[in-house]
Amino acid sequence: MRETTAERYARRVVLSLLALFVLVPLFAMVSSAVKPLRDVQGRFTWLPTHPTVAAFVDMWTTVPLGRYLMNSLVVSTCAAIVSVAVAIFAAFAVSRYRFRGRTLFSVTVLSTQMFPGILFLLPLFLIYVNLANATGIQLYASRLGLVITYLTSSLPFSIWMLVGYLGAIPRGLDEAAQVDGAGPMRTLFRVILPTALPGVLAVAVYAFMTAWGEVLFASVMTDQASRTVAVGLQGYSTQFLVYWNQVMAASLVVSIPVTAGFLFLQRYFIAGLTAGAVK
Amino acid sequence: MATTIGSDAAVARRGRGKSTPPPGTPPARRRASAAGRRRPLGRSRLPYLLLLPALVLELGVHIVPMAVGAWMSLREMTQFHIQSWSTAPFAGLRNYRATLDLDTATGRELLHSFWVTVAFTVASVALSWLLGLAAGVFLQRPFRGRALLRTLFLTPYALPVYAAVITWTFLFQRDNGLVNQVLDSIGLAGHRPFWLIGGNSFAAILVVSVWRQWPFAFLCIMAALQNIPGELYEAAYLDGAGFFQRLRHVTLPMLRPMNQVLILVLFLWTFNDFNTPYILFGGSAPRQADLISIHIYESSFHTWNFGQGSAMSVTLLLFLLMVSVVYLLVTNRRVRPDA
Amino acid sequence: MRRRRFATIAAAALLVPALAACGKSSDTGAAAPKTLTYWASNQGASLEFDKKVLQPELDKFKQQTGITVNVEVVPWSDLLNRLLTAATTRKGPDVVNIGNTWSASMQATGAFIPFDDATLQAVGGKDRFVPAALASAGAAGKPATAVPLYSLAYALYYNKRMFADAGISSPPATWEQLVADGKKLTNGKQWGLAVEGANVSENAHHAFTFSQQFGGQWFDAAGNPTFATPQNVAAVKRYIDLMATDKIVNPGNAEYAQNQSVSDFANHKAAMLLWQAVGSSLKAQNMGPDEYGVTPVPFLASPPSGGRHIDSMVAGINIAVFKHTRNREAALQFVKFMTSDAEQVILNRTYGSLPSVKTVEDNAAFAAPEQKAIQQVLSTTAAPLPQVPEESQFETLVGTAMKELFADAANGKAITDDAVRQKLSQAQQQVTK
Repeated sequence: MRETTAERYARRVVLSLLALFVLVPLFAMVSSAVKPLRDVQGRFTWLPTHPTVAAFVDMWTTVPLGRYLMNSLVVSTCAAIVSVAVAIFAAFAVSRYRFRGRTLFSVTVLSTQMFPGILFLLPLFLIYVNLANATGIQLYASRLGLVITYLTSSLPFSIWMLVGYLGAIPRGLDEAAQVDGAGPMRTLFRVILPTALPGVLAVAVYAFMTAWGEVLFASVMTDQASRTVAVGLQGYSTQFLVYWNQVMAASLVVSIPVTAGFLFLQRYFIAGLTAGAVK
Repeated sequence: MATTIGSDAAVARRGRGKSTPPPGTPPARRRASAAGRRRPLGRSRLPYLLLLPALVLELGVHIVPMAVGAWMSLREMTQFHIQSWSTAPFAGLRNYRATLDLDTATGRELLHSFWVTVAFTVASVALSWLLGLAAGVFLQRPFRGRALLRTLFLTPYALPVYAAVITWTFLFQRDNGLVNQVLDSIGLAGHRPFWLIGGNSFAAILVVSVWRQWPFAFLCIMAALQNIPGELYEAAYLDGAGFFQRLRHVTLPMLRPMNQVLILVLFLWTFNDFNTPYILFGGSAPRQADLISIHIYESSFHTWNFGQGSAMSVTLLLFLLMVSVVYLLVTNRRVRPDA
Repeated sequence: MRRRRFATIAAAALLVPALAACGKSSDTGAAAPKTLTYWASNQGASLEFDKKVLQPELDKFKQQTGITVNVEVVPWSDLLNRLLTAATTRKGPDVVNIGNTWSASMQATGAFIPFDDATLQAVGGKDRFVPAALASAGAAGKPATAVPLYSLAYALYYNKRMFADAGISSPPATWEQLVADGKKLTNGKQWGLAVEGANVSENAHHAFTFSQQFGGQWFDAAGNPTFATPQNVAAVKRYIDLMATDKIVNPGNAEYAQNQSVSDFANHKAAMLLWQAVGSSLKAQNMGPDEYGVTPVPFLASPPSGGRHIDSMVAGINIAVFKHTRNREAALQFVKFMTSDAEQVILNRTYGSLPSVKTVEDNAAFAAPEQKAIQQVLSTTAAPLPQVPEESQFETLVGTAMKELFADAANGKAITDDAVRQKLSQAQQQVTK
């Protein structure tokens, strides 16, 4: 299928505009990260007049960025893995089975998206405290509590997304697998999941990013040992002033692992996975 | 619900058709028929088991706290009572009345904030979705540097929210910001406009919201686009369909299940978005961009009036529930015939 | 069937150790009798800086008493939320810093040990403390909910060279003089005064001061809000007019909420600044103490009847003890230590604030011109903000109303008495008791 000239032109223009839209603030961030603080506070200039890497050095000591970064990576990765696993099972159940309570489950799960986070906060904290008192498992001021909170936060959308995604996968695949003697679990793992890989990956990315960027619960439920980057960055805004250049530098540096991850996952989004699978 | 179980009826029929295998049947066949026998829907315990982890987590982390939050809305829960919740006096519907009474300033401001949020959410979701669709569709065709462009597009989503929004605060500064500088050099702005206060603040927060959110729409659409078999496009092309026609007749219908979820969820998140206005406007939003989540925060939680805040939140919840139900009913009616 | 069941159970079972592996409990200050948890607020250049300042003092305390104190420096963006959750769940630190404007609200929660006369005696006695500072630690007539730790007040900072260049020999003592000076100082390259127009708290603090000078008050004796009285309208208008009619403030300041006005002053873009003890911050931005002068905040040249001789709120940080602490004695000992003469000198000297105890007021550490000026304000012309639980609503509502007025002024709209009254009246209607 060849592309017409008009289509090619449109494609180039649209993609360039989008790239510009995304790049301009990013460029501002990079440029500000290499300026001394005073220049950043003044009029914006595209290129720094006195470039310096001081911000990249100071940012590790103004705020314990290394520790925060490690916490964020651990919490987000764990939350993503567990969330995706739980979501896959739930989505498989909802999309492949009709059972009593299915609609109720879906509606309940959806309704959790409608409550402002701040309303959850106090009651959830209370629950964690009571659990800690009863069982000794430390859930507040700990990474575990964050993991549990975050993986639940990303569940509703993950389940919905996967239900939609799995729903689009033709039943013919299931039937073919069953004819070959596979039970539901094997069908799920051997046949459906590989086909649904782009969707699963999108969900994994979403779950990771939800945990990565969450601010409200992290600000209350962590202490200095378990604090994550999302909240930790606010430490650059001190009683004195906002260390703009360090904020920019830190943001860029902490986004590197995530962006690298995106780059790495590119090839799993390649098309052509289901074409011809149902024969 | 997002999908219908299209051929389940067929599967059920096949499953129920099989009975105990006759003795002497080779084990493989017996296993197959055993699997078939397990198939009758509604009687299997497997779905419940599969759902259990999700259910437990949702109950403990979301449902129970929400219920407590709703309970708080019926009580007079201020700083006087946070230490011992059980002694908080029962306030009945007083918090709700204070919230919804349009004769009071509180009620009027809340309603105003509500309309602002509706306008903002609709615009933001529409734009994010359009940009995501455009990027997804135009990046279908492989070309050199495609992977890099994809990664670039996902970068705003990868940035921590504080960093992304504070950068835009930076850019939107009236005197030192990039936006006004660019407008100046093009000669557009007569006198330098404010972006973070006054009438333009709505446009400002819209831009920031779309900038942060469209990569997510792009991600989901891109994943869903992978599922569309190339033959459909080929067939349409051979039938003489142009670009927009292929989009309308092949791409969009195939994307429908995913779009249905995506748009609803984007709507709910944008409506409830707290971080973006909080960071962009430094804690207190100008009236023209007074989004409801920050409005509820400022007028209640920030001043320790949890009863009122909870009432406002529950009211918001009911509204969003209504919208979602209507949305799902309307969109489902269109999905069913396509099965 | 068995295989299927097993698979699902195995998958579920994997979740548990996965969760456990992901989690890691952290130290929250165990119940060991000789340990305290202390949440300090951010007073210095950064959280790490604060930690470095406090740790030697805590080591000293341990040497003296054998009690270990685990300190966590909490950023202001989080402090109130975390105090709230600690108060609600009765779990958290033993000793905390609180902003003194929160005192009345904190008192209302009942989560803190009240400092009645006996308890005050345990930390060194009521009379040691600066009366104004102690008055900002809770509602009048009730035992204080905390004791003052660091004291601050507003002062007027002015750029010496810019003043000399404009031919102004001495800093203004009245608002009228300030406006006149400001007009001389405002030219194309610089402005007379820098104002943090979008910062809701700053606005509220100045509203308080002006209201005092005009003879108004924000709450009546019964604790009901009285926002839209003529005196308050005049007070707020006087402050907004600095930008609206006098035009000595850059309209761009209407969106300042991240201490940009301090940066403007440090970068010589504005000649005057009204702020609390900002010397350390100016130093960090390369403006040395010899470049600026510090003088008390001006008064009205001819105050109306009922106007009070007040030019600042009593600002500062208080230190409080949670009732849920398991080490009450140790906690009080720590408070006594932090408010002791030696520590008051060390800590306040580092942070640039003033001691909350009278006994070290004359210490050489506080002899710098900036500290002397603030001291004078604190001891003679400062008053505490209304110590009512609705104080935070006052700050939010009135501060936001002023932010909107600044925005209108910056956009060229006329700021009339009526406009101000309408905004304040609307703010008052939203107060919930």
